[in-house]
Amino acid sequence: MNPDTIYWLQQLLNALQLGSIYALIALGYSMVYGILTMINFAHGDVFMIGAFCCLLAATALGLPFAPTLLLTMAGTALLGVVIERLAYKPLRNAPRVSAIITALGVGLFLQNATLALSPYPKAMPPLLDNLTWQFAGISVSSLQLIVICLSLGLMLVLDHVVHRTPVGMAMRAIAWDKTLVPLMGIPVNLIISITFAIGAGLAGAAGTMYSLAYPVIDPQMGIMVGWKAFIAAVVGGIGNIRGAMIGAFILGGVEIMVVALLPSTYRDFIVFSLLLLLVIIRPQGILGQAREQKV
Amino acid sequence: MNTRLWRHWEWLLDRPWLLPALLAGGLVLAFAIPQYQLFNNYIQLILMYIGINIILTVSLNLVNGYMGEFSLAHAGFMAVGAYTSALLTMEVLPVGTYPSLFPVALLAGGAATAVLGLAVALSSFRVRGDYLAIITLAFLMIVKSAIENVDAIGGPRGLPGIPRLTTLPWVFFWTVTLVWLVRNFVYSHYGRGILSIREDEIASDLMSVDTRRVKIFAFMLSSFCAGIAGGLFAHLLQFISPRVFDIVKTTEILIMVYLGGIASIGGSIIGATLYTLLLEVLRPSTMASLLSWLPAPIFDPLYEYFIRHLGVLRMVIMPLALVLVMLYWPRGIMGMREFRGFVPRRDRAAHHALDTPAESPHGTADRH
Repeated sequence: MNPDTIYWLQQLLNALQLGSIYALIALGYSMVYGILTMINFAHGDVFMIGAFCCLLAATALGLPFAPTLLLTMAGTALLGVVIERLAYKPLRNAPRVSAIITALGVGLFLQNATLALSPYPKAMPPLLDNLTWQFAGISVSSLQLIVICLSLGLMLVLDHVVHRTPVGMAMRAIAWDKTLVPLMGIPVNLIISITFAIGAGLAGAAGTMYSLAYPVIDPQMGIMVGWKAFIAAVVGGIGNIRGAMIGAFILGGVEIMVVALLPSTYRDFIVFSLLLLLVIIRPQGILGQAREQKV
Repeated sequence: MNTRLWRHWEWLLDRPWLLPALLAGGLVLAFAIPQYQLFNNYIQLILMYIGINIILTVSLNLVNGYMGEFSLAHAGFMAVGAYTSALLTMEVLPVGTYPSLFPVALLAGGAATAVLGLAVALSSFRVRGDYLAIITLAFLMIVKSAIENVDAIGGPRGLPGIPRLTTLPWVFFWTVTLVWLVRNFVYSHYGRGILSIREDEIASDLMSVDTRRVKIFAFMLSSFCAGIAGGLFAHLLQFISPRVFDIVKTTEILIMVYLGGIASIGGSIIGATLYTLLLEVLRPSTMASLLSWLPAPIFDPLYEYFIRHLGVLRMVIMPLALVLVMLYWPRGIMGMREFRGFVPRRDRAAHHALDTPAESPHGTADRH
C-alpha cells in the first residue's frame, strides 16, 4: 500500500478509538435527555470521577484490569443514582432551567472537590501489557483494540437492553409520555434511577479506557471531554441512542482529521463551529425526529 | 414591627427625591473614597468588582430572567468587550495623554460585543430552549478558541500590560447608567414584549408583538452591557487571558442571577453583591483577619483545620451553595419581585390596586 493510504488508515483507527470513548459518554447524555428532557451537565465530571475511581482501584487496591473496570462502573453508577436522587429528583416538576443550573453546580462541585483532594495531575499505571502488531504497515496496539471492542460490546448490550427488554421498553415509554406511564404500572422513579445508573456506569467505563489510552488524569479532564461527548449526542440527535453512537464516531473522525491537517489548536474552534452550524440548520440532529411545537 | 417607624419608612420610600439623593450620595462617595482613602485598596477593589458583577448580572437577567431564554455566552461577550477595549487603549487611543478617552474604548468594546449579540439573536429565531443554550455555549467556546488562536493578541498566554484606567467613579457611573438602561428597557413597550415571549412566544406573536425585533434588542442590550463590564474588568485586572472567560465565569454569573432571583433588577443587584462579598469573605486571609478577635485557643485550631484550607474549600462550597439554593429556594432572594424604587410610577399605582394591603416589607410584589 502507498504511505498515504497507510497514514489515513492509521488515523481512522485513532478516530475509532476516540469516537468509541466519546460514544460511551454521549450515551449517558442522550439517555437522560430522552427520558427527562434535561441536559445533565454533570455527566462529564462523572466521567472524570470514573477515571479517578480507576486510578484508586488500580493503585490503592492493586487490582488487575477486569475487576478495576467493573468496580469503576459500579462506583460511577452509584454516584449517578445518588446525584439523581439528591439533586435532580426534587426538581422534576420545577422549571427546566432549575435542573440545568443544578446540574452545572453538581458538575462544578465534583470537579472542585476532586481538585481539593488531588490538586496535581496523576499518572495512570499501565494495567495491560501493550502489544503492538503490524498489519500491512498499519500498527495496531492491543490497547486500541480493547478500547474499541469493549466500547462496541457495551454499546451492543445497551442497544439490546433499550430495544429488547422490559426495562428498555419502560424507558422508551417514559420518554414518550410521562403522565400516562405510571397508570400502566411502570415504576417511573425506579426506571429513571436505572437510566442514570446505566448512563453513569458507561461514563465510568469511558473514564477507565480514557485513562488507559491517555494516561495522565486531572480533575478538569471531564470538562472538555464531557462537552465533546455532549456535542456528539446533539449531532446524532439528542435523545436518540443510535444517533449518539453515530455522532460520536463522526466527531472523533472530525477531530482526528482536523489535528492531522491543521495545527491542533484549531480543533475546538472547528468542532464548535460545526456544532453551531448543525444546530442552526438541523436542530434535531442526524437521527433525531423534529417535534412540532404545539400551541 | 413598630408601626410608627414603619409609617416613616413608607413615607420615605414614597419620596420622589429618594433615588436621586441616594445616587448623588453614591457619586460623592465614589469620588471621595479613592481621594481620601476612606477604605483601604483591597476594599476599594472589592467595591469595583461588585459594580462590574452587578452589570453582568443585571444584563444576563435580561435574557435569562425576563425573556426566559437560557444563555451561556455571557463570559464570551465579556471576553470580546475586554479584548476590544484593551487593544484600543494599548495600541490605538492615546489614553496616556488623554485618560478621558477611556469611555470611548469601553463603548467600542460594547459595540463590538453587541454585534456578536446580534448573531446570537439571529440564531435564536430558529431555535429555542435547550438548543439555544447549546448555541450560546458554542458561541462561548468559539470566542475563547478564536482568541487562543490569534497570536497577535497573545493567544493562550493572554494579554498583559493593560493600563489601569478603571476607577471607582467610572465603575459607579457605568453601573448606574447600564442598570438604568436595562430598567427603562424592561418597563418600556419592548420590555412588555420580552415578558410576553417568556410566557408564550407563539401567543405573543399572535398578539402582534414583533418577537424578532424584541429579541434582537434584548440580546444586543444584554451583550452590550457584558462588553462594557468586560472592558472595565480588563482595565482593572490589567491582564486578561482566554482562560479567564471560560464556562466557569458564566456559571458564576448564573449563580448571581439565580441567587438574586430571576426577572428582578433589585434581586440581581443583591445577588451580585452578596455573591462577591461571600467569595471574598471565604478567602483565607480575609477570613483570618475577620476572625482575629477570637481568643487564641479557639482561633488557632479553627485556622489550622478550616481557614487555612479555604482557598480550595471555597470552590467546593460555592457550587454546593448553588445546588442548595436551587433545591430549597428556587425563586432566589427576590424572584419575580422588585424594589419599589425601580418600578415606574404608572406601574406602581396599577400594582398597588392589584396587591393586597398587607404586603412584604420590602416593596410591592411585581408580578407580570
